[in-house]
Parts: sequence; structure tokens; C-alpha cells
Amino acid sequence: METAAGVEACLPIRSDMDLVWVRQHVRQAAALLGFGLVDQTKLVTAASELARNTLVHGGGGRMEAAHVVRGRVNGLRLVFADDGPGIPDLDRALTDGYTSGDGLGMGLGGARRLVHEFAIDSAPGAGTTVTVTSWSVRPPLPREEA
Amino acid sequence: MPEYGAAGQGGTAAREVGGFLLRRREQIAQRWADETLFRTVFTVSREEAVEAGRTVVEALAQVAGADLSADPEAPGFLVVREQLSQIGSARTRTGLTPSQVSHDVDALRPPTVDLLVADLPDAAPEAVREATNVLTVLMGTLRLVVMETALSEGQALIDRQRLQLLEMTTPVIQLWDGIVAVPLIGTLDSARSQIVMETLLESVVEQRARFAILDITGVPTVDSLVAQHLMKTVAAARLMGAECVVSGIRPAIAQTIVHLGLDLGTVVTRATLADALGYALRKLGTDIVSEASHGAGER
Repeated sequence: METAAGVEACLPIRSDMDLVWVRQHVRQAAALLGFGLVDQTKLVTAASELARNTLVHGGGGRMEAAHVVRGRVNGLRLVFADDGPGIPDLDRALTDGYTSGDGLGMGLGGARRLVHEFAIDSAPGAGTTVTVTSWSVRPPLPREEA
Repeated sequence: MPEYGAAGQGGTAAREVGGFLLRRREQIAQRWADETLFRTVFTVSREEAVEAGRTVVEALAQVAGADLSADPEAPGFLVVREQLSQIGSARTRTGLTPSQVSHDVDALRPPTVDLLVADLPDAAPEAVREATNVLTVLMGTLRLVVMETALSEGQALIDRQRLQLLEMTTPVIQLWDGIVAVPLIGTLDSARSQIVMETLLESVVEQRARFAILDITGVPTVDSLVAQHLMKTVAAARLMGAECVVSGIRPAIAQTIVHLGLDLGTVVTRATLADALGYALRKLGTDIVSEASHGAGER
């Protein structure tokens, strides 16, 4: 795929500066894959929340971006992984307003609402991996002629 | 480094190379002036390039004489460090990669080795090889020093630019008597939003502002942290008797905020800066009316 170059990446998340990099990469990749402006903004915002979680709660980690295809629709899959303390109670972490830090507690739950597919894998002491996928629902596909 | 400092023979060879460099500095500098590195950095005159080359050769002679050929921290390099960093950064500024610059520096070695071999016509092959070795190590160290200074220069530049970015974030603009506005641009991380809050609150006091408009047109991403910073700023301004209006919320941002589940209900928001100004003006009991509608009867 000719867009693979600008989409596939593994970015480190170690500082505030890296968050800027993550956001810019996700925005560019989403634009390359034909995401509309609203979907781009949603995905970038979700990435920003998840990357900050990786940094603040996971003590740093990485984000992997991959191009996925379903039928003729392009998708962008982002995997945020850290080797931090993990999340003891996933249900509670996904509850709006619950925070273990001093944030608003909207990050994880909010990110889940901003993407199409959301999966989280975490155990105490085993780190946290969040995988999100969004599809460019309105790609410039040619209309099927009858 | 140890293996050279310890070997007595190496020490002799090093002193020999040092002597050679000093004797032939003029010739070496003349040769270097024609190499890419000096030709592209010292563009004003050839004389300037020769002069620069001579200082570098003299420094190398001192380093070799002190038998510190492999030590980038050798005192001899201190004298030319600034010059080398000028050379290195002048090259990287033109868009060359570090390895290309390194290659340019390495190009200085062959002509120098040629001169060295020509300088020792009667020496035993053993001694020639020894001296060539020392010179090669010395030139490798020079390469290292150039790269090091160029890179640290780059790091210093990045640090300066980061500070500049922090500074240029927050002009507070007085839009009207009692109304101030801050156009926010770029990423609102914690450090920057702290500065925004401080400058805004200060200007609220200075200008005796009743309304403060935070315009986020230039903020590409509004996530929960940015929203939290905005709400804190609004709350702080309210404590000081000023009402905050957040403007410049684009359609995509508005939808994202809703999906994210952020409640900005306590904050007055407007789509554009003009709307926010109109809102504040009306609240102050002022309004801007167009002349056409005002003087319609006079036509």
C-alpha cells in the first residue's frame, strides 16, 4: 500500500514533547487514509488521552500505528502499550469521573466513545495495552453502478 | 587513550607526527583549503580558509605532541572548539546529515597522510606505518570533536527554541475598555497553560477587565487536559470578578468535546471571537451598530 509509509509507525511516549509527536502523526495518518475532519479530530483527541495515560499512569511506553483494511474501507489501528503498574479495576477506570490522578477522569471513557473499536488489556503489575481502531466511514469510494 | 599513552613507541610516533604537523602546517592548510569542507564553509576568500586550516593543524600538532591523539577532551582541542563548531554547524545548516559532514571531515585525512609519507622518505616502513596510524587516529578524533560540537550546538538551539515558544504563546489583547482577549495557539500543555493563566489574570487586574475572552481557534486538539486547564482559568478569572468567554470552537472540536463527555456547561462559549466580543459588549451595555442602519433616514 502506498500510504503505508506515512501510517505505520512505532513512536515512543516518554515526555510531553512525545505527545505532540503522537498527535501529529495520528492526524497525518488519518488524513492520508481519507478520514474526514471530524473523524480525524476525534481520533487525534482519543490518541491524546490514551498517550497521556500511557505517560502519566504507565510511566511511559509506546504507540504503534497500523493501517488496517476491511473490505474497501481504510482503518487506522493504534496500540498504546506500557509496562506500568497496570489497572486493578478496569470497570471503575472506564467510569466517567473516576481518576487515580488529579485529572477529570474522562480520558479512558471519553477515548472509548471517540473511536469505533476499543479494547483494553491490563492486569496489576503487567502493564496496560489499549488498542483502538477507527474506520474512515466516508472514504471517497466510487459509487457502485447498477 | 590508554593503549597509545602506555606504549612508549606510540608516544615517540605521536611526537613525530606532532612535529610533522607543525613543520608542514602551511602546506597542509593549503591542501585543506581546497577540500569541500573548507571551501564551502569559508566562502569569502581562500586566505580565510587557509588561516582557519592553519589554526586547526596547530591544535592537532599540540594534541599529538601531548600524546593525546585519541582523546576528544584533549586541551589542545579547546582552542579550536569554537571554530570547529562553526564549521560543523555551518554544514548542518545547509541541510547535510551528520554522516555527510563526518564524511567531509574525513576527506581531510588522505592529503595529510600523503604529506606525512612524503615527509618521511628515509624512515623505516615500520616507523612510517606507526606514524600513519597515529595520524589516522588523530584525524578520527578531530572528526569526533566536530560532530560533538555540531550536535551540542543543535541541542542548544532546540532548547532556545523551546523557550521562545513558551514566550510567544500569550499576547493579551485589549479589545475594548474592560474586555481583554487571549488568542491561544498550538499545544496547551501544563507549562504553557500555566503561563496563559498567569498573564491573563495579571491583565485582568491591570486593565480592570470585566470580560476575558479565551480564543481557541488556534488550538488543534481539545482533550480533557486542555479542557481542565480552560476551566481552571475560567474559575480563577471569575474569582477576580471577570467573566470568561471561550470562543473559536470549531464544529469538529465541538463534536469531539461532546463525545469525550466533557461538561463545559459552566463556561460561556461562542463559535467565533466576534460573537464573544458582541456578547461581552452587550453585557457591558454597549453595542456596535452599523452606520447604514443608524443613519438610514438621512439618505
